[in-house]
Amino acid sequence: MLNDALLTMRGICKQFPGTRALNNVDFTLRRGEIHALMGENGAGKSTLIKVLTGVYEKDGGHIRVEGQEAHIHSPQDAQKAGISTVYQEITLCPNLTVAENIFIGRTGGALVRWKDYEKRTDEILKSLGIPARAKQELSRCSLAVQQMVAIARAVDMQCKVLILDEPTSSLDEKEVEMLFGLMRDLKSRGVGIIFVTHFLEQVYEVSDRITVLRNGELVGEYETRDLPQVELVARMMGKDLKELSGLEAKTENRAAVHDEMVYEASGLSSSEARPFDFSIARGEVNGFTGLLGSGRSESVRAIFGADRVTGGKVTVKGKPVRINRPHHAMKNGIGYLPEDRKRDGIIADLSVRENIILALQVMKGFFHPMSKAQMEQFADEYIQALNIKTASQDTPIRALSGGNQQKVILARWLLTHPDYLILDEPTRGIDVGTKLEIQRLVLKLAAENMSVTFISSEIEEMLRVCSRLIVMRDRKIVGELSGDGLSQAQVMKTIAGGGQ
Amino acid sequence: MTRPVNPVRRREPLTDAQLLMTISICIFVVMYALAMLLLGGGFLKTQQLFDILNDNAYLIIIACGLTIVMIGGGINISVGGVISLTVMACALFLNGCGIQSPALTFIATLLLALGIGLAFGLLQGFLISYLDIQPFIVTLAGMFLARGLTTMLSVNPVKVSNSGFQAIIKTKIEIPWLGYVAKNGNLIPARLETGAVIALCVVALVYLMLRYARAGRHIYALGGNSQSALMLGINVRRTKMLSYVLSGLLSGLAGFVFLMHKPAGNASVAMRSEMDAIAASIIGGTLLTGGVGNVIGTFFGVMILATIQKIIGLSGLNDSWWQDMANGAMLGFFILLQSVVLFVRGKGGPKLPWLKKEKPRQS
Amino acid sequence: MSQRKKRSRGLGQLLIPLVAMGLLLIFNLFRDPGFFSIGIATNNSGNAVLTGNLISIIDSASELAVISMGMTLVTAACGGQDISVGAVGAISGAVFAKVLLGFGSITGATVVLGFILSVLATILFKLFNGTLVAVFRIQPMIATLILYSCGRSIAYWINGDATPQLNSPILSAMGMTIPGIPIPTPIFAVIIVGALMALIFRLTTTRLYIQSVGINQGAARLNGINPVAMKLLSFALLGVCVAVAAVIGVSRLGQLNHKTLLVDIEMDAILAVAIGGNNLGGGRFRLSGSILGAYIIQMLTTTLYAMSVAPVNVKTYKAIVIIIIVVAGSPVVKAKLTALLNRLCYAGLPSSAHKGVN
Repeated sequence: MLNDALLTMRGICKQFPGTRALNNVDFTLRRGEIHALMGENGAGKSTLIKVLTGVYEKDGGHIRVEGQEAHIHSPQDAQKAGISTVYQEITLCPNLTVAENIFIGRTGGALVRWKDYEKRTDEILKSLGIPARAKQELSRCSLAVQQMVAIARAVDMQCKVLILDEPTSSLDEKEVEMLFGLMRDLKSRGVGIIFVTHFLEQVYEVSDRITVLRNGELVGEYETRDLPQVELVARMMGKDLKELSGLEAKTENRAAVHDEMVYEASGLSSSEARPFDFSIARGEVNGFTGLLGSGRSESVRAIFGADRVTGGKVTVKGKPVRINRPHHAMKNGIGYLPEDRKRDGIIADLSVRENIILALQVMKGFFHPMSKAQMEQFADEYIQALNIKTASQDTPIRALSGGNQQKVILARWLLTHPDYLILDEPTRGIDVGTKLEIQRLVLKLAAENMSVTFISSEIEEMLRVCSRLIVMRDRKIVGELSGDGLSQAQVMKTIAGGGQ
Repeated sequence: MTRPVNPVRRREPLTDAQLLMTISICIFVVMYALAMLLLGGGFLKTQQLFDILNDNAYLIIIACGLTIVMIGGGINISVGGVISLTVMACALFLNGCGIQSPALTFIATLLLALGIGLAFGLLQGFLISYLDIQPFIVTLAGMFLARGLTTMLSVNPVKVSNSGFQAIIKTKIEIPWLGYVAKNGNLIPARLETGAVIALCVVALVYLMLRYARAGRHIYALGGNSQSALMLGINVRRTKMLSYVLSGLLSGLAGFVFLMHKPAGNASVAMRSEMDAIAASIIGGTLLTGGVGNVIGTFFGVMILATIQKIIGLSGLNDSWWQDMANGAMLGFFILLQSVVLFVRGKGGPKLPWLKKEKPRQS
Repeated sequence: MSQRKKRSRGLGQLLIPLVAMGLLLIFNLFRDPGFFSIGIATNNSGNAVLTGNLISIIDSASELAVISMGMTLVTAACGGQDISVGAVGAISGAVFAKVLLGFGSITGATVVLGFILSVLATILFKLFNGTLVAVFRIQPMIATLILYSCGRSIAYWINGDATPQLNSPILSAMGMTIPGIPIPTPIFAVIIVGALMALIFRLTTTRLYIQSVGINQGAARLNGINPVAMKLLSFALLGVCVAVAAVIGVSRLGQLNHKTLLVDIEMDAILAVAIGGNNLGGGRFRLSGSILGAYIIQMLTTTLYAMSVAPVNVKTYKAIVIIIIVVAGSPVVKAKLTALLNRLCYAGLPSSAHKGVN
């Protein structure tokens, strides 16, 4: 078994201006195993994968595939060496057909017989159970199907090494199961799979071995069954997890919810959300839960006026108001941290400082620009308060790691001192340490009488933070849980519709 | 066989490009039919259509080149300049070379024209693909360079006096059964110039290349999402380079065709034709955002613009400013039409193509 | 080492244009020191005026400098360029001339009125472009292609085919020099427009909003910024710039020619924006870069004329220099050069110093 190494990476080094992203990292993948690559954000997982797939040129070390030295300088080289990757952001071309997306870049000859390829595509799609047609334009498929098509491409390439980089973050539970089925199927065919994810449960569900990285260095390689979850987290963070228990102790004494309603809506609907009723009291932390696509994000977007609001009555602190645009919501003391940080949150080329003060500046108004000294002071204050790791205030935010970017967006809204803060997936794609920090912050804010709506894909996290859960299914509210009803089992039951 | 793979053969819905192309073809047909009905006269003769083709053969060719580049997500505004340079260089060459044999002059001039186009395509393609310089700026410099070189070759107009080339120009394709009977009873056959035939061949070839050739699909992938194209194992730089080289070659060819149509070099030849070509591509359903487009649509885009010019000319509004106004109005009409059509369509589907331009920028 | 790093960050995008400008100056210094001489002469209306190549460069680049400021804003907000500025400039000039001709007399009041109406008309046309871009979400280059192809026809329609002469001391004061002040007036126009822009940035949040919209429109909207309004604002400001440039152009010649007024200036303006180190894809911008770019382009042209290059050949040399500038500014070449310099530095250092650096 030990000699059955499919891929070995030895002494991999990669330097970026200012940081050492990888320092002497070893990694071994065996034939027919699912190997989870774990680490906090900035640990070097993405860099290691990009080195392996030829996106980055390594500075040192060597890569062997089946014992043969592999010279990988471009994605094509990686493809030739039998290494395929499916990325979190779908890297297919939306304007091409499904068949073209599966076969483009690897057709021989100057002319392509698409008829044959289309036939083969239909066979592949059928064998993998993917609900798409070969001649369909990819942009007309759902995101989940697009992800499946990306995997189908890799599968058809007879890849020896399949890298799945956060493949499950945009899939719902059923689709995740389907994906896992596919992964086990491939494993039995002898493919080695490198699985990168932030979902610990999924690691334990599907992986055989785990390699942990921290700060660009190898922490160790473990058999999954020999490494308890708590220890894995400890290895990733490089410290014990006493804080976690500390947090849970705190949640116990979160009780007093005021009677005063900060926000109330009845029959609120938008171009994306069906009419729903919702309210939140001062100092309350509640949450929307449900599967992906259940309408939870759409609902909070309607509250914030992010989509076109089509109807409903809204009162803020007892006064009837109209919230049709984000600006109206902000004026009424509502803040919103969007689900997709990269697309809707950060303004990539602007500095950390500008990103922090943006919302406050907008609230002050077009004709009242803040002075530079004021901006610097605010930025400094929040960089320290939230422990944002950045070289300086002037660093463009895109240079920060995901977790730190998220903290900057949080700082942006905290600076406006909202009465009501909506956090849509604030912990997605960020490391465990920052996750805990954010959870703790939410509870602290609630203790200071701020109302918070919290959305997360991890039910465990929601249970830890929220005192009331609104459960959605098929774009409708199907239940509300609080008090004793707040248990994982009950939430699952309500989501699945087994409540009756 | 317990379960057939596809019990019902589903027809795929039209893609955006096909829809936009269909609209422009319909509008062309309706417009031409209206012109036949209301203006009659010349429009009833096939020769009218052929004249439009003859006059705009060069425009069709560069518009094809631009469509290729635009599908790849780029832009090339040097094509008009390259035409003027090619025409001038070929005219001087023909007058100076002393070759009089038609076949030989044809081949030599064609090679010279293609060579100039290729040189510009290679240079611009290299700067854009391998040095990552913005295509607008590179091709703008290319336009300056080409126009400047034209006047450096000769400030004064140069008329081609080469007898061999004159003979080539006179060679026209005559189609008797599409002709008409003149007042004196003679049959006047419909005449199509060689240039127009070349242009039609270019449309067909480019269509096939974009549709079936590996390189063609790579260009679509590049325009759809260049980052993804790279991940899919496409050599993005080489593909981008190829699109500019093709566009350069076609510009050279267009210069040659132009010379066959009007055998004289002149510094102001094909002035602003790059903008006409871009307009034609857009009318034909090519999106400047890349990834969407089709040369058949582009062909009809050129035909629409040219037919309008003809109609305006025949309506007695001969001022060039009328034609400019008509061009602008037509372009505005099509842009808004496309915008509305795609918006309405996008509501059902997961995307609004005009909105698609906000691609995540790379760091 | 850290000192140098800090300074280069401060200059940032201005580095390449400053170097280009410096090289042009040095080249001229070696070629002909007389290039820099500035004298005082009396023009045909009897005023003392400054003369010399430098003065003429700064003077004749005025229209370009003004328009490139507006172009920078549109580029930053919309991620694309307005190619109709020359054609719409012809309309502004036509409106200006129409008002003056309509009154039959050119007095201070009619000139002011003409200017105001011209600005308003230009803003209107630019808002047409802006609406297509901001509301209908059409790519700027395509949206402005409409007025690019028919703008000059509209100018023709306003005033007919004539090229009306507008002779007046007021206009010549605006287009050339004010009696008693030896510096050409258009230079003041650039300063005034520049100061106006600075004032707008100072008193409003335009800069932050436009950059935010240009970088990430969706995120800007979710932070309460109205992207449509910002794009329209950028087009309106460009309109003001175009009208100012057109009025300078008309005054300078004392006549309106809708065919040649501000002809091809859109290309130069876009070039100025690019040479100034601004990203043509939108986002962060520096007006000073674009203004510098405008003067570089003019300096280049004037240098070529001074070298007695025939006017028809100027385009060729201009193209070559532009290619050199953009190649030097390209990220790939920059990275290669930096790597090369580093290697040379390390190779040159004795081994002990090498250790010290580490």
